[in-house]
Amino acid sequence: MTAAAVTNVRAERRAAPKPARIPSGDRPAYSTGERRTATEEPAWVRWLLIALALGFMTLFLFVPLATVFVEALKKGWGVYLAAITDDDALSAIKLTLIATLISVPLNVVFGVAAAWAITKFDFRGKNLLLTLIDLPFSVSPVIAGLIYVLVFGLQGWFGEWLRDHDLKVIFAVPGIVLATIFVTFPFVARELIPLMQAQGIEQEEAARVLGANGWQMFRRVTLPNIQWALLYGVILCNARAMGEFGAVSVVSGHIRGQTNTMPLHIEIAYNEYQFAAAFAVASLLAGLALVTLGAKYIVEQRVHRDKREALTQGEPS
Amino acid sequence: MIFTRTLLRRHSVLPGFDLALGFALLYLSLIVLVPLSAAFLKTATLSWGQFLEATTTPRVLASYRLTFGASLLAAMLNAVFGLIVAWVLVRYDFPFKRLVDALVDLPFALPTAVAGIALTAIWAQNGWLGQWLPFKVSFTPLGVWVALVFIGLPFVVRTVQPVLEDVNQELEEAAATLGASRWQAFWHVILPVVSPALLTGFALAFARALGEYGSVIFIAGNMPMISEITPLIIISKLEQYDYAGATAVAVVMLVVSFALLLMINSLQAWARKRQGML
Repeated sequence: MTAAAVTNVRAERRAAPKPARIPSGDRPAYSTGERRTATEEPAWVRWLLIALALGFMTLFLFVPLATVFVEALKKGWGVYLAAITDDDALSAIKLTLIATLISVPLNVVFGVAAAWAITKFDFRGKNLLLTLIDLPFSVSPVIAGLIYVLVFGLQGWFGEWLRDHDLKVIFAVPGIVLATIFVTFPFVARELIPLMQAQGIEQEEAARVLGANGWQMFRRVTLPNIQWALLYGVILCNARAMGEFGAVSVVSGHIRGQTNTMPLHIEIAYNEYQFAAAFAVASLLAGLALVTLGAKYIVEQRVHRDKREALTQGEPS
Repeated sequence: MIFTRTLLRRHSVLPGFDLALGFALLYLSLIVLVPLSAAFLKTATLSWGQFLEATTTPRVLASYRLTFGASLLAAMLNAVFGLIVAWVLVRYDFPFKRLVDALVDLPFALPTAVAGIALTAIWAQNGWLGQWLPFKVSFTPLGVWVALVFIGLPFVVRTVQPVLEDVNQELEEAAATLGASRWQAFWHVILPVVSPALLTGFALAFARALGEYGSVIFIAGNMPMISEITPLIIISKLEQYDYAGATAVAVVMLVVSFALLLMINSLQAWARKRQGML
């Protein structure tokens, strides 16, 4: 069977000239009226598999997502608006934004610096460094919170010193920011590294030879090359930063109006049986998640394109 | 830094190596390495007997059984359905396919606390789905499993999907030419190609499930010995100011996580090698 022999409904609808070989990511649709070729499954198998996949996703993804919005609006818009404009809810939203606005830029700077060193230079211990950057992803969020308690808590390494100088990290905003930085640590770096690896160093070298200083080279050559991957990392980092629960819960102390982030506010409202209020704030985060997925979907294609271009340019013609 | 320059680095015209690596290492140490080492140093203050006592009480052992058991079963279900979802997304066409594809990542994007309360509401005895079941899901170990299935779902799909897209169709055609049925072609040709990715996705989902906290605690009911997960043990020990005990349990989990991380890294290296060969 050649790929072109199968009727590609979508390709025909588009007036665009048919590619000689359909890329595997965009396989032809199987129209049911057609005779089956040897590398297709019977129609009933196809529909069974589609039904199984969609059934599974409905049960575990779509229903929970819909529930958030339904429960949030169950008692009407009045209750909904009151819940999200409540003083404690607003201060939780504010703290979530503060923690995100500090942790995301710091992780961006780290991600760019680490990716620059790792992809543009050779040095010993590079693989170890790559593994260490990924480490926070394999640590339970609860443990991420715990380790900061061990360092900055009252019984911790700097506990007495902090107390003597009237500084608070644990059960205060700095602890929340630190925990957020930890759980979002790898996102930017791990998006940038594969792309910058593929792009190589020729363009930067050319800029240097033509007399650009380090900053000019970075701004005019490197940054335009990595902007989409950087944005992609920021989107993922931002979503996790705003939604982190476990790590923040350990270091926060749950002081209402002071150290509650949005997810913690949801927990408290839920445990106090204020379900509509809990789901109202949850619906804001669920909305954010949907925006994240949309943005991710769009930016992802650009990143793939950049990577493909970098890889094909690297090949000898 | 002059030391690193001469010893570790090849000559290059590009600037910023010292600054970039220096900052990256400093930041990595301050945020990740030093705090993590605090966990191991704190545990080192315990004697071996004290460590064993803290990490092997019946309640802690019950939490290991639940955490490992539910994570394993959730990852297994994810492996089966993740493969089906990836297969359907790569090979077939159906309405709203792009939307479904984008929504696979929902568990990555949806905050765990939001997922937790939503799942609890659905599976509670008066919930949308829970009311039709003759047995309880919310506030039982079964609820823990449901939450872990939710958060592990994207891992298998997203590791298997790209490999499935790259499966060489000529191999399948050859199998068909040689008289293989569709099922035989899948079993003997396609599955061996995707199995390293499938195993990697399974391991990733399992590792994530082990440490998961936010989505589980709402639905678990958190009854000691029955539905209490290990991360919650750490929290309750902390709340009783038993820092050493909490840290000891945390170190057990960290060691398991790091072992899994190493395993996943070598799995991925193996998968890349396999893909390169085909």
